[in-house]
Amino acid sequence: MTLPLSPSSNAQALIQAVEQATSPVALLLAVRSLAELRSVDAIPTLIQVLGYNNPGAAVAAVDGLVNLGDLAAPVILEQIDGYNYGARAWAIRALSRIGHPDALDTLTEAARQDFSLSVRRAAAKGLGTLRWAVLPPDQQRPVQMQTLETLTAVCGDGEWVVRYAAIAGLQALAAVLEPADPAVADIQRLLQQQAATDDTLAVQARALWALQAIAPDSNA
Amino acid sequence: MSVSSDQDSGLRSSAETAVDAGSLTMEQAIANLLQRQDLSLRYYAAWWLGKFRVREPAAVDALMAALDDQDDRAPDGGFPLRRNAARALGKLGDRRAVPGLITCLHCDDFHVREAAAQALEQLGDTSCVPTLTALLTSQVGKSSGLGLDQPYDSILEALGTLQATEALSAIQPFLDHDIPRVRYAAARAMYQLTQEASYGDLLVAALQGSDLQLRRSALMDLGASGYVAAAPAIAQALAENSLKLIALQGLLDHQLQGDRSPVTQDLALSDTACDLLSLMDTLL
Repeated sequence: MTLPLSPSSNAQALIQAVEQATSPVALLLAVRSLAELRSVDAIPTLIQVLGYNNPGAAVAAVDGLVNLGDLAAPVILEQIDGYNYGARAWAIRALSRIGHPDALDTLTEAARQDFSLSVRRAAAKGLGTLRWAVLPPDQQRPVQMQTLETLTAVCGDGEWVVRYAAIAGLQALAAVLEPADPAVADIQRLLQQQAATDDTLAVQARALWALQAIAPDSNA
Repeated sequence: MSVSSDQDSGLRSSAETAVDAGSLTMEQAIANLLQRQDLSLRYYAAWWLGKFRVREPAAVDALMAALDDQDDRAPDGGFPLRRNAARALGKLGDRRAVPGLITCLHCDDFHVREAAAQALEQLGDTSCVPTLTALLTSQVGKSSGLGLDQPYDSILEALGTLQATEALSAIQPFLDHDIPRVRYAAARAMYQLTQEASYGDLLVAALQGSDLQLRRSALMDLGASGYVAAAPAIAQALAENSLKLIALQGLLDHQLQGDRSPVTQDLALSDTACDLLSLMDTLL
């Protein structure tokens, strides 16, 4: 190798390696290399990998997309797979971790009514951790209250792990609100109810943990 | 733990499908199970009663009666309704079902024996331990390569959960069984019975295997074992987050049961429980 490759031809080679991988391990290694390149050229291929039913490769692809952050979010929103719930769950996870508020409507719809629990779970967690500060100040509170309403509804989901994720989302939401905000008290009441009455021990424990994080002194 | 057969359908039905409970009522389901004309209605009703945890004595009675069914036969000679009835009885928590399920451990149909062993594990009644142990010792090591003579993995798991320390010497040889998921079930049971880390570490090592299905199997066994030291390895395993979360939930449950206040039974969060919660958060 005498000449350094230009970034785009490097991406091209790594994309080709992903497309031509012949074993799960080869795919995983190729996706990791492509993800580490942090090139916008890699975005469509990384999104495609989410549909390959290879959990290891999908984790690497999500990491790659999250590293590209707000550059990847619009492409993911545009290409989200309505037919493959496995791929959709990973895409929602990536959007959740990127946290751009443009994903609000997609996450809200996914948390409330996707048929797949892995999609609802990832969306519920992500709704709590959107980067509200990106929005103009006068828009922040209305969408936060909309999110509170969504997560309150999701606390009634039939699957424990989705309720668990909603609680994680509520804890994160409470953390960005002013402590004196009446919405924080609403969240605390909801969490107390979940801690006392949820039929799954892990969900009760998560609610208790969230309460301790929100008001460390009052829940000793 | 086997992720095939019943376990798999259980995972799938709880994992990714929406079930419309309104399609049947409890009374209708019991009536469907009791009637004799339509076999498929009986089969579905048995599943439904388990899925929706219908603990009514009338439901349990109807399911117990279905354990002797002669009408519903699969092409392979199996008893589909008995299989579903046994699975449902495991979920309903009524120990009146134990003697009938023990009888099922001698059924000609492998899957009935498997479902019965799993149900007996869930019911937590130790009166089945001698029969389960006898199934192990009669057939050790004789695996055909095509399949198993007995549902060894389910039997081993049941013996571990039932704290059958008297079965240790019967379980131990299965650590060397040809079939990986049987070895895992043995490791899980040995850990449950001895609390020795070396057995838990056999399952942690299995998480590094190249076969996804076997990694899933090892994940489920670790979750059931309560081997909390495995938590980080579970979180990093190359498998679906859904399964990792179920495995970590298993460890958390185990931990929380131990952390409960002995007086009030109130939930308390130990540092270990908080570590598990924080790992689970990363997998959402």
